Amino acid sequence: MSTSFTASMARNIFYGGSVFCVLLFLALTFDTTRTLPGRDNSANLTPAVVRGKHLWEVNNCIGCHTLLGEGAYFAPELGNVYLRRGPEFIKIWMKAQPTGSPGRRQMPQFNLSDDELNDMVEFFKYVSEIDTNNWPPNIEG
Amino acid sequence: MQFRSQAVAKPYFIAALALFTGQILFGLIMGLQYVVGDFLFPLIPFNVARMVHTNLLIVWLLFGFMGASYYLVPEEAETELWSPKLAIVTFWVFLAAGALTVLGYLLVPYAALAKLTGNDLLNTMGREFLEQPLPTKVGIVIVALAFLFNIGMTLLKGRKTAISLVLVLGLLGLAVLFLFSFYNPANVVKDKFYWWWVVHLWVEGVWELILGAILAFVLIKVTGVDREVIEKWLYVIITLTLITGILGTGHHYYWIGTPEYWLWIGSVFSALEPIPFFAMTVFAFNMVNRRRREHPNKAATLWALGTGVLSFLGAGLWGFMHTLSPVNYYTHGTQITAAHGHLSFYGAYVAVVLTMISYAMPVMRGRQANSNTAQVVEIWSFWLMSVSMFLMVLFLTGAGILQVWLQRVSETPLSFMGVQDQISLFYWMREGAGLVFLVGLIAYLSSFFIKGETRAA
Ligand code: HEM
Ligand code: HEM
Ligand SMILES: [Fe+2]
Repeated sequence: MSTSFTASMARNIFYGGSVFCVLLFLALTFDTTRTLPGRDNSANLTPAVVRGKHLWEVNNCIGCHTLLGEGAYFAPELGNVYLRRGPEFIKIWMKAQPTGSPGRRQMPQFNLSDDELNDMVEFFKYVSEIDTNNWPPNIEG
Repeated sequence: MQFRSQAVAKPYFIAALALFTGQILFGLIMGLQYVVGDFLFPLIPFNVARMVHTNLLIVWLLFGFMGASYYLVPEEAETELWSPKLAIVTFWVFLAAGALTVLGYLLVPYAALAKLTGNDLLNTMGREFLEQPLPTKVGIVIVALAFLFNIGMTLLKGRKTAISLVLVLGLLGLAVLFLFSFYNPANVVKDKFYWWWVVHLWVEGVWELILGAILAFVLIKVTGVDREVIEKWLYVIITLTLITGILGTGHHYYWIGTPEYWLWIGSVFSALEPIPFFAMTVFAFNMVNRRRREHPNKAATLWALGTGVLSFLGAGLWGFMHTLSPVNYYTHGTQITAAHGHLSFYGAYVAVVLTMISYAMPVMRGRQANSNTAQVVEIWSFWLMSVSMFLMVLFLTGAGILQVWLQRVSETPLSFMGVQDQISLFYWMREGAGLVFLVGLIAYLSSFFIKGETRAA
């Protein structure tokens, strides 16, 4: 780089450019927060959904599955599992784990009560109704 | 070594390498579970192995960053560290917190661990990479504060160079952004939105400042090129980083319920994110070509060049591959993501920490560079680890392309598990490459124990 361009000029561009981008990002964050209620299904954020999310977290489901494409890639996407399988299948599935079939990937038994299973399903229903710009491409997730 | 207190970096580097080894062992366990699904079940379920693998990665990189700072800042500031004692105390606190957390993951069911550690007071657990129990998260904040205070006080009483200022800015950003890990709203869209403020703004934001500063420091040392030139490069690189990386966060806001304009903002800005990585590569080669001395530590120079190239490949190329929203629509959350995650973390952050260790460890052990034999082994280990990692990533990319095709593009899509069966050959090859990586790591570790003729530092 030429000598007329000094380190202190580079430093000033760094501070100016970064502060500008931070402010722009904060403005977009503000706008996103403002418009989210139209997309994030928060009208249906019931206590059951909140409990379901909590169960999702304390059992570390994200350690094997993705939810809206984020998480681990070891087991199926669950953001749309409510649509793919329906509520009854999900509950029966959770109760039947692990399958124990030799060589197959195993899911642990989390010993959830019937109430907790209902909360879990409510959470999946809620997530499946978020406006995700049509992701995933098809029902298989 | 110019200042005695720089030696506190040593335990940090040793702990980093020990945890790195643990990380790789758990990676191999998971790699096997991908194809032999019931391996070690129910003793170590996949999600537990994954937490251990990724959290060890983060913790050992943090050890590496802290060790690097304790070595670098006194030398740049031309003064002893403010308090070596505090640095040693925080070392043990951090190590104990890390070890207890991993034991907790392995020995207690996660739900019980959450209950036991007060997750009901403040829900923060159960989100990817942020699985740590509340006391661990609080511990990380306390250690970070003590560390920053120590480094800050050192800087205040000494010379303030661009390198140490950029480093401290990066570390400060790391600590501040980590605070978002305490924010976990019930609204899952908002939860995800702010989760990325930790994860993305770390690796594609403030960590790059740390990376740039460490790389610049080592390059000054091994090449002897003028500080003014190197600092100019450093500022240009980090400017490009933040201008592209902050708004580039949008590439995670395509499909999680956030507004459509992120499809554009995320695509445009993140498509430019490879530029700073490219600049880093050019920087490293340029400085080495213009070197004014022949530093005897050839291994450190190789690691520095390797950081440039591998971070460009992993973050730049593999990042660009899936960052445009029409592409990401198909690749989101597949093995393509895993491929990119591996090469970027290895090429950028593993490589830069190993660059610093390679340069600083010999000096702390009283010599300018290791013996020729030790360096030959270290250079071999660089190639073994880097090539096997690259192969792992190629296999995962192959698996990912097939996965996308069979599960998302095809007219008659297969189920997730159906696809996984179809592509298991790629997972076997990944595990093979992983074993070679382990061999490389063992060679690397053994290079520390090889004696031979050396020159005093
Ligand atoms: C023997 C070598 C390794 C093997 C076999 C291995 C295997 C794995 C596996 C199976 C996963 C989980 C993927 C999933 O969620 O389904 C994973 C995740 C991960 N590993 Fe490794 N790993 C290895 C080395 C490394 C190294 C050296 C690094 C760091 C440079 C690393 C960083 C990561 C990261 C960041 C993730 C999370 C990826 C994401 O969320 O996309 N791994 N690894
Ligand atoms: C050293 C820098 C980088 C590191 C360590 C890194 C690491 C990662 C990791 C671990 C993930 C997976 C996160 C998860 O588990 O959900 C990820 C996702 C992603 N990264 Fe990076 N990354 C880096 C730079 C970049 C760059 C420069 C780009 C773009 C050019 C990029 C584009 C992406 C995209 C688009 C995703 C989302 C993948 C998906 O939709 O599943 N990354 N990155
Ligand atoms: Fe990102």
